[in-house]
Amino acid sequence: MSLANNLSTSMISSSSSAFLAPTSFNASRTRSVSVPLKSLNIVKCVATPQEQQIAYKTKVSRNANIAKLQAGYLFPEVARRRAAHLLKYPNAQVISLGIGDTTEPIPDVITSAMAKRSHALSTLEGYSGYGAEQGEKAVRAALASTFYGNLGIEEEDIFVSDGAKCDISRLQVVFGSNVTMAVQDPSYPAYVDSSVIMGQTGQFQKDVEKYANIEYMRCTPENGFFPDLSTVARTDIIFFCSPNNPTGAAATREQLTRLVQFAKDNGSIIVYDSAYALYMSDENPRSIFEIPGAKEVAIETASFSKYAGFTGVRLGWTVVPKQLLFSDGFPVAKDFNRIVCTCFNGASNISQAGGLACLSPEGLEAMQEVIGFYKENTKIIVETFNSLGFKVYGGQNAPYVWVHFPGRNSWDVFSEILEKTHIVTTPGSGFGPGGEGFIRVSAFGHRENVLEACRRFKQLYN
Amino acid sequence: MSYSQFLSHVCMPHAVFLQLKTSSKSNAGSRLGHCSKVPRNVNLEKLRSGYLFPEISRHEFEHLQKNPNASLIRLGIGDTTHPIPDTITQAMAEHVRGLSTIQGYRGYGAEQGNMALRKAIAGKFYQDMGIKADEIFVSDGAQCDISRLQLLLGPNVTVAVQDPSFPAYIDSSVVVGQAGELEEETGKYRNITYMNCGPENNFFPDLSTIPRTNVIFFCSPNNPTGHAASWQQLKQLVEFAKANGSIIVYDSAYAAYIRDGSPRSIFEIPGAKEVAIEISSFSKFAGFTGVRLGWTVVPEELKYSNGFPVIKDFNRIVCTCFNGASNIAQAGGLACLSTHGYQALHNVIDYYMENAKILVDGFESLDLNVYGGKNAPYIWVHFPGSNSWNVFREILEKTNIVTVPGRGFGPAGEEYIRISAFGQREHILEASRRLKVYL
Repeated sequence: MSLANNLSTSMISSSSSAFLAPTSFNASRTRSVSVPLKSLNIVKCVATPQEQQIAYKTKVSRNANIAKLQAGYLFPEVARRRAAHLLKYPNAQVISLGIGDTTEPIPDVITSAMAKRSHALSTLEGYSGYGAEQGEKAVRAALASTFYGNLGIEEEDIFVSDGAKCDISRLQVVFGSNVTMAVQDPSYPAYVDSSVIMGQTGQFQKDVEKYANIEYMRCTPENGFFPDLSTVARTDIIFFCSPNNPTGAAATREQLTRLVQFAKDNGSIIVYDSAYALYMSDENPRSIFEIPGAKEVAIETASFSKYAGFTGVRLGWTVVPKQLLFSDGFPVAKDFNRIVCTCFNGASNISQAGGLACLSPEGLEAMQEVIGFYKENTKIIVETFNSLGFKVYGGQNAPYVWVHFPGRNSWDVFSEILEKTHIVTTPGSGFGPGGEGFIRVSAFGHRENVLEACRRFKQLYN
Repeated sequence: MSYSQFLSHVCMPHAVFLQLKTSSKSNAGSRLGHCSKVPRNVNLEKLRSGYLFPEISRHEFEHLQKNPNASLIRLGIGDTTHPIPDTITQAMAEHVRGLSTIQGYRGYGAEQGNMALRKAIAGKFYQDMGIKADEIFVSDGAQCDISRLQLLLGPNVTVAVQDPSFPAYIDSSVVVGQAGELEEETGKYRNITYMNCGPENNFFPDLSTIPRTNVIFFCSPNNPTGHAASWQQLKQLVEFAKANGSIIVYDSAYAAYIRDGSPRSIFEIPGAKEVAIEISSFSKFAGFTGVRLGWTVVPEELKYSNGFPVIKDFNRIVCTCFNGASNIAQAGGLACLSTHGYQALHNVIDYYMENAKILVDGFESLDLNVYGGKNAPYIWVHFPGSNSWNVFREILEKTNIVTVPGRGFGPAGEEYIRISAFGQREHILEASRRLKVYL
C-alpha cells in the first residue's frame, strides 16, 4: 500500500478511532450531549437549548449493534498506527509483516487471461454485461473439479464471490440476528465483528474482552489449538478456520471428524474458512468436505487472495451443499442464493477470467510457486524466532507465525517492535482475548524485506 | 439446449434450477437426511418469490424451451449490450499487466477505494457541491451498496420507497428485518411506506400524504418509470426529509442519461448534505454491469439523532463487510472519467437513448400512454385495466420479446410494462416492428 493510501485510510480510521474510543460516546448518549468530542471546548454555558448550538442532526437512531463495536476493524487500526509511525519517522524503512497482504506479482498466465478478457469487453462478440450472480459457469465447474473433485460437491453448490470477507457477511445476513455463534479464540476478526453488526451478540464485556452471547472456543498451545469440545456450549453456527489465521494451526482429520460429529449432534452449522488450504504442508484435510457427513453440517468459504495474490483483484467462493438444511428442512443454499441475487451482483467478470486461468494446469502450477515462495518466507521467520528462544507456533501450514510473549500485553509488544525495529506486526489481542500475549507475524513480503526484518528481530531480541 | 447450456449462454442465475428441482416443503428433511437445528431466518421467509430479475430469466428460459427456434429480443433485464470503449478497456488491461510486475503489483487497496478514483468522482460529478473525496466510497455496485446501507441502518428503522421502484430497496429491507409482514391483499409490507408515483402526480409523491419514516429511498432518473425529478420536486423532498429528520437514500445510477437539465445529484439541492446519502454506479454509465463498480456518497454533515456521523459507521461497515472494489475495475473507472473516456461513454449513452426514442415513438404511434424514455433507458408503457404479468407473458408468447411486468416493481406498477432500451439497433428496430404488428 502506498503511503498516500495509508494516509487516506488513516484519515478515516484515525478519526473513527477517536470517535469510537471506548466510553466517551456511550456516555455522551446518556447525557444527551451530541457535541463531537473535538469541539467540546467551544460549547458555551448559557441557558439556551443545546440543540441551537449544534449542527443539524436527523432523527434517525444510530444502529445500536454497530455502537457495540469497540474500535475500528483490526487491520485499518494497524494501518493507522503504521501511518502514524511513518509521520514520526519519515525516513524509516518500515517493513510490513502486519496485515496479511500479498506482495509478489501475479503470474503471467493469470494476468494475460485477465488482459484478454478486458480487451474482449471492447468487442461485440466478447462483450458481456451482467453475469450470473452465482458466478460464471466455467469458473464454478473448474472450482468443483479442482478442489472438490471426489468429494461430491457439484458446480451448483459453488457460489463465486468477491472474496471471503464479503461472503462471511453475506452468510451472516442469511442467518439473521436470531442465531448464536461460536468462534475460535483467537480468530479472524470478521467473524465476531460481522456477528455484532448482525445483532447476534450482546454488549462487549470489558473484563473478559468478549461479546456476550458469543461462545469463544479457546485455542492455545496447551490444547494444540483445537478446542475442547466437551466444554463448548451448543450454538447454531460454528466458525472454524483451518489452516488458522492467526495461529497457523491446521486441524487434523481426527479433530475435524470430532468437529463434524459435534455439529451433527448439536444440529449446528459449521462455517469452515479454508482460505489458506493450499499452504498446508502436513497431511491434513484441505476441505471440510473430506470428512464424511460434512455436507449435512458445513458451509465452506475460500479465496483466491492468498493463492494468486488476488487481494486487490477480489475473487473467492463459498460452497453451500444442497444437503445442508435449516431446522424446518429448507435448504440453506436456496436462502444463500436469494441473498446472492438480492444483495450482490456477481464477482467482476475480469477477475473471474483470472480465476479460470488460475485453475488451468499452468495456473495451478504458477500459484503453487507463489505459495512456495511465501512458505519459504515463513520458514525464515520461524527459524529466526526459534533461534531467539521464543516459543513459536504456526508457520508450517499457513503464512502466519504466532509468537508467544508470555505475560506481555500484545499491543505493547506491537508498539515496541514498531518503535524499535520499524516492523509492523499484528497484536494477538486483536484476534480475541485468547490472542493476548502473542504477536502474529505474517510471511508476505519481498524476500529481502523478510530477511532484513529477521536481522532486525535478531538485533532487538538478542 | 440443456438448461445448463442455456445458463452458460445467457448467464442466467442458477437459482431457478434449484427452485425447480428442490421442494421447499418441511418434510424434505426426512427425505434428504439430517436437518440442522438452526432456525431459518424468518425475514427470508417473508420474501415470496425469487428476486425479480432471475424470475424474468426463468420465464425467458421456459419460453425458449417451448420455442427453441424463437428469435428472442431481450428488453427485460436492463443489461447493457454495447462494447466498452477501447480507451477504458486498454486502461484495465494495462493495469492488469502491471499486476505481473514488481512496480505495478497491488495487493489490498483501501476499502473505501483508490484515492485517485475518489478524487476523480468528486471532481467530475460533485464539483461545486462541496462533496469531498473523503466522502466517497467506491464499491462493486449500487445493488451491493444498498444492502450495505441496510446493514448500516439496521432492523429498527422505518423506510419509504417509491411505488413502483427498483426491487432491491424493498427486498433488502425485508432481509434486514425492517419490513414487517406481507399483506397479501395489497401486496405491500406492513412497515414499509409506499409512495405512489404515477402520471397523475407527475411521478412525484404527494408528500403531504406520506407519514414520517426514518429513511426514504428515492431514485432519479427513475427505474422503472424513467422520470427525472425536477429541481423543485427534489427541493420539496429535501425539505420534507429535513422537517422529519429523515435520511434520503438517493439512487442516481441513471444520472448520465439526463437530457433535460434536471438535477443529476441530490447534492445540487441546498441542505441535502445534512439529509441525504447518494448511491451511483458505473453499470449503466460505462457498461460495467459485469465489471462491477459503483460508489456511495455519505456527507460528513449527515448525523444520527445522537450526533454521531453516519459516515463513520458506514466506513466501519465497508471495512468489516467488504474488502474494496476490484483494483482492475477501479483502473477502468479512472479511465471512464478521463476526458476521452467520458466522451466515448456519452456516445454509447446517446446510442441507447436513440434506441429509447425509437421505442417511444413506436408505442406512441399505437396511441398507448408511454412514459420515460427521455431521461432514462427505460420506457414505461400503460396498459389500462391489465394484469402486467399477463401482458408480459402475452408479449413474450406473441412477439418473442422479453420485457418486465410493472407489478414486479411494486403494487403501483400493475397495468404497466417496462421496456429497456439497451440492445443492438437492429434488435430495437425489429422489436418495434413486432410490437406495432402485435399491438
